[in-house]
Amino acid sequence: MKSFHQVTSIVMPLDMDNVDTDMIIPAQFLTKVDRKGYGEHVFQRLREQDTHFVWHDVRYCGAEILLTRANFGCGSSREHAVWALQQAGIQVVIAESYSDIFYNNAVKNGLLVISLSATEIEALMQKAKQSVMAVAIDLLSQTMVVGTENPIHFDYDPFRKACLLKGQDDLDYLLEATHG
Amino acid sequence: MPRNLIEKIWDAHVIQQKAGHPAVFEIDKMLLHEVTSAQAFDELSQRGLSVRYPKRIIATLDHSIPTDKNRTIIADDAARVQVETLRKNTQKFGIPLYDFGSQHQGIVHVVGPELGFTLPGTTIVCGDSHTSTHGAFGAMAFGVGTSEVAHVLATGAILQYKPKTMKVEFNGMLPAGITAKDVIMKLIATIGVGGAKGHIIEYVGEAIRAMSMEARMTICNMSIECGARAGLIAPDETTFAYLKGRPYAPTETGWESAVKAWREWVSDSGCTYDHVVEMNVSALRPMVTWGINPEQAIGIDDCIPQIDNGEQAYAYTKLTAGQPIRNQPIQWAFVGSCTNGRIEDLRLAARVLQGKHVAAGVTMYVVPGSEQVMQQAILEGLDQIFIAAGAQFRMPGCSMCLAMNADKVPPGARCISTSNRNFIGRQGPGSITHLASPATVAASAIKGMITCVEDVL
Repeated sequence: MKSFHQVTSIVMPLDMDNVDTDMIIPAQFLTKVDRKGYGEHVFQRLREQDTHFVWHDVRYCGAEILLTRANFGCGSSREHAVWALQQAGIQVVIAESYSDIFYNNAVKNGLLVISLSATEIEALMQKAKQSVMAVAIDLLSQTMVVGTENPIHFDYDPFRKACLLKGQDDLDYLLEATHG
Repeated sequence: MPRNLIEKIWDAHVIQQKAGHPAVFEIDKMLLHEVTSAQAFDELSQRGLSVRYPKRIIATLDHSIPTDKNRTIIADDAARVQVETLRKNTQKFGIPLYDFGSQHQGIVHVVGPELGFTLPGTTIVCGDSHTSTHGAFGAMAFGVGTSEVAHVLATGAILQYKPKTMKVEFNGMLPAGITAKDVIMKLIATIGVGGAKGHIIEYVGEAIRAMSMEARMTICNMSIECGARAGLIAPDETTFAYLKGRPYAPTETGWESAVKAWREWVSDSGCTYDHVVEMNVSALRPMVTWGINPEQAIGIDDCIPQIDNGEQAYAYTKLTAGQPIRNQPIQWAFVGSCTNGRIEDLRLAARVLQGKHVAAGVTMYVVPGSEQVMQQAILEGLDQIFIAAGAQFRMPGCSMCLAMNADKVPPGARCISTSNRNFIGRQGPGSITHLASPATVAASAIKGMITCVEDVL
């Protein structure tokens, strides 16, 4: 697993609750047997269906941070959803909450998934939709800085934080614990 | 201190718990299918690891395979490679694969229980979110991603934080014609798609106790649709009767002691839960979804509600608030999936369709959940009822539930479906899905519009 320390990027606002993993990567693209080639199909259904979908908005081109609302990644357990987001350049997701399986899949692939309160999400969402907004995120200090504003603190599980900073995945931990 | 069933199974499976770390959690059994396992086996190869407990694992083909009669010839190159990869991997590591024609190929969550592989008090994972189905037997069963499939292959364990617990009590007895599908859809509509996030649900109450194992599986199957990690039901005589004599269940000599041990997998009196939900089901009506996620469900007599931020749902389903759901024209009907692809579901649909015909302009697929379900249906003559009614009786697999194979609802078409997700494009790009019970799907197919059984009697 690759490590994560910090990222500074513009933020793509995906103003929806309950973004499911079928939206992130439709089932028809899951017939591959490797972990590559999913990025080009990320959000394909939404992109096909809506010419105003945020992914088409050139202002957000190259965004590495995705901002969304509650229950992100619900539905299917497909880890391909995390692979697709990462391969499309997303390094951080900021949401009010995540489905349990998506969250687990994210932390196992070095995708930083941050939870903020509904109020904080709402404020960020409005800003990100109004103008292109750069945010600097630092995992070690658990802070994000929007422009010249005061840093916003985010909670992060200490165990997962240590793993992510080191790029250490669960398998080594499990091998050690179960061989003993 | 009294413990609930979820806590008991949890405690029995924690191998290691370091302060501030997730537990090293033992997994007794794993189910594999072709879509989420190849990359896990690759991970093992890359690290030079082997499969630690091949006897704890079974595999089958379900997601990407065709469901026509010539299904063994897989035209889609990628799907064929995926199937061949699973064959190669299971052979290499000595894992039983229930392939085409084995009598037990089928949807992984139909096959596990019918083989008696799913047993009370066990922990079960699969790279599929509907693994919660197996909770019907008093197992703690949940979906995992491909990385965790690799973890179980290599170590027989995963890292897990202790779940929160929720008790859902269904009081009262179900009215005639109302099914487990209506019950679980009502729960999801009530608590929402994120309503049980972080929790494992234990379902209790007289309505649950009166249900068959098939009905209990339908309940537990859709636990994930309200965000629960898993859902389970304490085992009882119904559970034991279902398991007796199944291939992986304990044999005659071990049966009595196994049942004795299984009887311990119940919640203690006086135990507590983090959340409790009570629901009376004695006046429940047939449920149908109108929108783009499973919480957007209403009774058959209700009108489409006005909801906040519903623009996307109304636009996608081409419905407006205030419209009745009843009599909306449909062009497709689907009976099948890990939610409703079992023999009881097929019997129910056949009972409604017997002597009747699917409406002109409606295509109906009936897809048995497994080869065993298919054979039983043929034995009972259900296939002939479906065919006489103008429906297609197809070969087992996930089929039109997720449209990974050629079984797709065309763009713009409206499908009434016994599956579990009405997500945007779930049954094919641009398709519109209405979830319902097998009885409601069969009745709607006859009418060519959304309706319930009482309207076709």
